[in-house]
Amino acid sequence: MAQSLVKKIGVSLEINGEQRQVEIRPADTLLYVLRNYLGLTGAKPGCLNGDCGACSVIVNEKVYKSCIMLAVEAVESKVTSIEGLSDSPIQKAFVEHFAFQCGYCTPGFIMNTHAMLLHEPHPTYETIKEWLSSNICRCTSYQEIEDAVFSVIGRDK
Amino acid sequence: MIGKGIPRKESLDKVTGYAKYTADYETPDMLHAGLVISPHAHAIIKQIDISGAVKMPGVRAVVKGENLPLTGEELSDRPPIAYDRVRFHGEVIAIVVADTPYLAERGAAMVKVQYELLPVVNSPSEALRQDAPLLHPNLGEYKKIQMVYPVPGTNIATLTKIRKGNMKKGWDESKVVVEEKFAFRPSDHAAMETRCSFAQIHPNGTIEITSSSQAPFLIKRLIGQYFNIPPGYIRVNTPLVGGAYGGKSSTQLEILAYLASKAVGGRLVKILNTREQDMLTSPGHIGLEAIVKIGSTNDGNLKVAELLYFWDGGAYSDKSIDLSRAGAVDCTGPYNIENIWCDSLCMYTNHPYAAPFRGFAHSEVLFAFERTMDVLAKKLNMDPLELRYKNAILPGHTNPTQVRLTSSTVGNLPKCIKKLKEIFNWEEGQLIELDDERVRAKGISCIWKNSTIDPDASSGVILSYNTDGSINLISGVIEIGTGTKTVLAQILAEKLKMDINDIHVQMEVDTLNTPEHWKTVASRGTFMAGRAVLAAAEDVIHQLKSLASFILRTRVDDLEVGYGKVYVKSDSKKYIPIKDIAYGYSFPNGNAIGGQIIGRGHYMFSGITYLDKETGAGNPGPEWAVGAQGVEVELNRRDYTYRIVRAVSVIDAGKVLNEKMAVGQVMGAMSMGLSFAGRETFRFDSKGIVLNPQLRTYRPIRFGEHPIYEVAFVETPVKDAPYGARGLGEQGLLGMPAALGNSLSAALTVNINYLPLIPELLWKVKEGG
Repeated sequence: MAQSLVKKIGVSLEINGEQRQVEIRPADTLLYVLRNYLGLTGAKPGCLNGDCGACSVIVNEKVYKSCIMLAVEAVESKVTSIEGLSDSPIQKAFVEHFAFQCGYCTPGFIMNTHAMLLHEPHPTYETIKEWLSSNICRCTSYQEIEDAVFSVIGRDK
Repeated sequence: MIGKGIPRKESLDKVTGYAKYTADYETPDMLHAGLVISPHAHAIIKQIDISGAVKMPGVRAVVKGENLPLTGEELSDRPPIAYDRVRFHGEVIAIVVADTPYLAERGAAMVKVQYELLPVVNSPSEALRQDAPLLHPNLGEYKKIQMVYPVPGTNIATLTKIRKGNMKKGWDESKVVVEEKFAFRPSDHAAMETRCSFAQIHPNGTIEITSSSQAPFLIKRLIGQYFNIPPGYIRVNTPLVGGAYGGKSSTQLEILAYLASKAVGGRLVKILNTREQDMLTSPGHIGLEAIVKIGSTNDGNLKVAELLYFWDGGAYSDKSIDLSRAGAVDCTGPYNIENIWCDSLCMYTNHPYAAPFRGFAHSEVLFAFERTMDVLAKKLNMDPLELRYKNAILPGHTNPTQVRLTSSTVGNLPKCIKKLKEIFNWEEGQLIELDDERVRAKGISCIWKNSTIDPDASSGVILSYNTDGSINLISGVIEIGTGTKTVLAQILAEKLKMDINDIHVQMEVDTLNTPEHWKTVASRGTFMAGRAVLAAAEDVIHQLKSLASFILRTRVDDLEVGYGKVYVKSDSKKYIPIKDIAYGYSFPNGNAIGGQIIGRGHYMFSGITYLDKETGAGNPGPEWAVGAQGVEVELNRRDYTYRIVRAVSVIDAGKVLNEKMAVGQVMGAMSMGLSFAGRETFRFDSKGIVLNPQLRTYRPIRFGEHPIYEVAFVETPVKDAPYGARGLGEQGLLGMPAALGNSLSAALTVNINYLPLIPELLWKVKEGG
């Protein structure tokens, strides 16, 4: 029985612009494959249930919770994790506005905000709320995150 | 440098995904553990059948709980793995070690346990009943440390008494008396990083544990104590920690990781809590039932307080004993009350047991006490802010444990209240009717907190120079998100008059090479480690001056250190760059003396005492941080929904060391306090089962639901603290439940004495629904 439990298949995933070959269980989540097979630990496990958003990554320009997405669903897609983002305005804004403390939820918030800005460069407050309410931060008051987001949009709330 | 809003040192790591937390470390040789946990809150374990699990390919061991020592920080009442009886929903019964997390989980599902259900103790008041089932029939035989007073034959894990003044005199002088009852259930920290530990045992017997913890040095001490292992043979590593709020200062998962490793010949075994396990199995946030009775004169002078606190410590007493004691030490609000009687009882219930929670019993006590203050104000027909101002605790007064206070130890509460009055536009009135249905209401709360830490808690710092004159700073403080290590770098930069970018801070802690910092709790990191940094800086200054004095041919006391140089005070052109002596000094002919400059410093509070068993008298900690807070809500009286509009804190910070981070600490704590007060609780069924152990059903505040936060500081220095700074990590949380409760009670003109303050509760209280 156990042998069939661990039967693996080879897949090719495009992650942060690189083709990566991995042997995975068909039931492995994208989060598990990123972290445990590829060593990309920026996406975090928080609930494995889609509730907290700490595992958010971008798949074909849309933000996904990688804990409730199978890795096989990401085949032939472009996956961007936090490791694939550098010097983006939102990363700088998070530093400048003290928009994190422990930093555990930060990659998820940054990927989510980055994806939002790809789609909505000038979002209304309601739009921002709709996007960012899918992630949980336990350290900040969210006001700092709000300040960081508005600084990138270039206007006040 | 002091006061500046320097971004935290680990900022770039945290926005790039580079920052590593415990669960991020994984190696191919690592095995993984799955936990078998109890689905019942109270039951006899009839049988544990592991045969199916051990037969599974990939399963390397199954660990059960027989023959293990009892554990517990102050009272040894907890088997690390239950074997004859389970006492809460989520208690660990077995650990399955397997090649992958998936196989470990499958293996855990194969373990079959037979139970015989027992009657459940579902609240502290149930635990007190004469006929209540006893959770710990052997309570009288457990090992304990000082200041722990269990009552064998009951469910009382400890009783702390406060007896101050003369109660009869207090009641005689009181013309107005109010009494209120309060209750709320246990809840959770819900740090975004679930707890994770991994352990291995080296061939020479050294146990190496890596854990997401606020207290690696405590893990080292307790594992040594429980399993009789010399301290040198235990090494604990802690990388960055993904949120803790007190919950990661208990030693729990680490014991399991050690036992799991031991079962597989010392191989490396990792345990990563699922969210459900993190909420149920690892310790959570304590619950409370309280009765507060206070009396005052007709013009509102508080004369007496009689307080009964029944803490819902859960099935094991680990840290709830200390929590119930802290609740007794600061059993009132920050007021001058001469006559106080308090019994604080730590009760056993069949609930998940408690860890410290940001504020360490203070937001809980203040909810009860500060709500009662509003009830008294109403009965007196007095402005609640005025009542608080009139009774505010001042230098010269005594606290409930009879310490005579000074400006240094108690700060300036009246100033905080005045400032709150102004910022919060108190003069515009507590209630503003918006239309037929909607009303705006304000509620306030005063706060105070001392930290009842071990009298001999210590903190150490090591500084070592690099060849370019830059410094490595090593401290045992854990970077849990509070930015303390950045503040330590600021303190050092100020002291040595150097660029903060030339200070390299070690974020990780490894107990083998990092000097001990007792625990990163109680808002004590900056105070203790800050003093240790200053001591270590003095040490390097002394060494630099000694070496420089003969090179510069000057007396040591004529020298000064700063700006990368050792220079002559009266003639700053005469100097030697620190980089030329940081690794010793070489003469032109090749002769050399000295060596790498390494400084060390430590700090321990002086004058903290144990508390008297009968009266509670004693000095519980170094200082009280005081403050005044307000919450404004907009409530719909038709359907009882409400929005928190604004939350304000005025806190006596002693001295603000990093303004942006200080404001961030206070706002974050306020957010957590509002979330706890407004939404968070474990929902128990009649059998003590937690119905909502996941973030979908246990729902903290989310983005967009936050109010506008305003933070202001008063600065009354603490004599002994670095630059006068008071504790600041917890204070923002303390008055939020009470202030929110007071605003909603004012809006509905009814006393709301339960948490969380959800619309359904408001409706029930108002309409008796």
